[in-house]
Amino acid sequence: MAKKEYAFYPGCSSQKGASASNYLTSVNAMCDKLDVTITEIPDWNCCGASIGYAEGGELPRLALSARNFALAEQHLPGKEMVATCAACWLAQREVKDRIDHNEVLLKETNEALAAAGLQYQGTTPVRHMVEVLIEDLGYDALKQPVVKPLEGIKFAGYVGCQTNRPFGIDGESFENPVYLDKLVETVGGEAVPYDQKVTCCGGALAFSEPEKSQKQIRDIVESAYDHGAEMIVTPCPLCQANVEIYQSEINKKHGTKLNMPVLYYSQLMTVAYGGTAKEAGLDGHLIRATRLEDITKK
Amino acid sequence: MSEQATARYTNDFLREVEKNVEEGHWVKMCMQCGVCAGSCPLGSAWAHPPQEIFMMIRAGKREEVLTSDSMWMCTSCYNCMVRCPRQLPITHIMHGLANYAHRLGLSPKGQPTQATATLFWNNLIKKGRVNELTFSLALYFKDGFVQGIKNALNMQAVGFGLMKAKRLNPMEILGGHAVKDQAGLKAMIAKAREIEDRKKGFAK
Ligand code: SF4
Ligand code: SF4
Ligand code: SF4
Ligand code: SF4
Repeated sequence: MAKKEYAFYPGCSSQKGASASNYLTSVNAMCDKLDVTITEIPDWNCCGASIGYAEGGELPRLALSARNFALAEQHLPGKEMVATCAACWLAQREVKDRIDHNEVLLKETNEALAAAGLQYQGTTPVRHMVEVLIEDLGYDALKQPVVKPLEGIKFAGYVGCQTNRPFGIDGESFENPVYLDKLVETVGGEAVPYDQKVTCCGGALAFSEPEKSQKQIRDIVESAYDHGAEMIVTPCPLCQANVEIYQSEINKKHGTKLNMPVLYYSQLMTVAYGGTAKEAGLDGHLIRATRLEDITKK
Repeated sequence: MSEQATARYTNDFLREVEKNVEEGHWVKMCMQCGVCAGSCPLGSAWAHPPQEIFMMIRAGKREEVLTSDSMWMCTSCYNCMVRCPRQLPITHIMHGLANYAHRLGLSPKGQPTQATATLFWNNLIKKGRVNELTFSLALYFKDGFVQGIKNALNMQAVGFGLMKAKRLNPMEILGGHAVKDQAGLKAMIAKAREIEDRKKGFAK
């Protein structure tokens, strides 16, 4: 397999000590096994995420993402940018879309960047890690390194919003994307049918509007149980956090017994590729995925 | 039709939105089909769903729109955008309206999403990096803050009052991640803000 190289935009949530750092751990292990090289963009900044708009307005937000592109163009020329966080990927893509098609905003963005000695040229596309996996490598190549298929484990593939809308993954439908299910099957697991696949978990409002978001999260988890799933798997760090963390709070308030592990696709792959529990970041969960931990010990 | 001719039929608030709100120039394209109104995850919390907001803008209901809590219920789920037959960037217009209302000081006082977003942004531009996850999670686990949230829900004013009084500054818990070129980043943000403020009439 030819070696693939990308300019990596990890995003804030994947930093050391942050809550999705186990996502990064498993992405690193997964890329290692797949011979994919990801080089961190030097001095990248936060993209502003989904609530940056409220205080940040438009141009400061455009400038933030444009700065990441400019740094990638300068330090890692010719390499495509890859993001692991749904919100980061979306923000970068939205900004690129807007300034590539609006000369006034492009000019103004570059005026702002000039204050930091940078320039946006628009030569770097941005991809989600999932796109790299299924488009650049393909399911066959993803299957090859499997040494410990996740046999007998039933997963609910929770795609959520931002990896799915408004751009989504090429060739997938907004209402029923199937790539995550296919990834599960590629590593030997079973993907159950799941009607809350693309339901929003409340996103950043999980914090500011807890009651309303927890209603969403309850539906997402209960539906996974109803369909016989043992674990939920997702490509989005905020989905992962929201859906895992709030289960105990929902239990407290509503007397439910939710206790379902919520994993990243990269963790499933790392385990199936023979990685240790640590390499897969399985130690980073409040609700432990014991059946996956058991597989790593085999 | 010449621009002057259409202008006679365009009320001032619509023009203001077109000029000052992110992606506001799209509002006139809405054909009131109602598809977006059924798309919001927190639907029942929207006093005025997007469709209605667009109608109100065209009807010149400036005060009612800008003081509304509705736009702040947007979870950025993009359901509306992929369904709208006219392909309006509804999500961005909702964000734009919320931002505009906030900049004008018209957004509802103590609106929790707005208060959170402001803290988030201020931290972000200080260091260039934040952690929205640790941000909400750690808050969630801190006894003090869980109480703060409960207060915010049960006695609206109390929880966020505490936050405003800096007794509950959630940013305390964030770690030391930062970009190296902080001076450049700050200069860039300041420049961007300056241009935007000039364009949108916020320049002092
Ligand atoms: S979206 Fe979230 S994780 Fe991504 S850069 Fe922004 S704050 Fe960080
Ligand atoms: S499901 Fe939730 S966390 Fe995931 S992308 Fe949507 S809003 Fe964000
Ligand atoms: S879906 Fe589009 S056209 Fe229909 S009401 Fe909403 S914004 Fe207007
Ligand atoms: S993005 Fe916002 S406005 Fe659109 S459907 Fe979701 S919550 Fe509603």
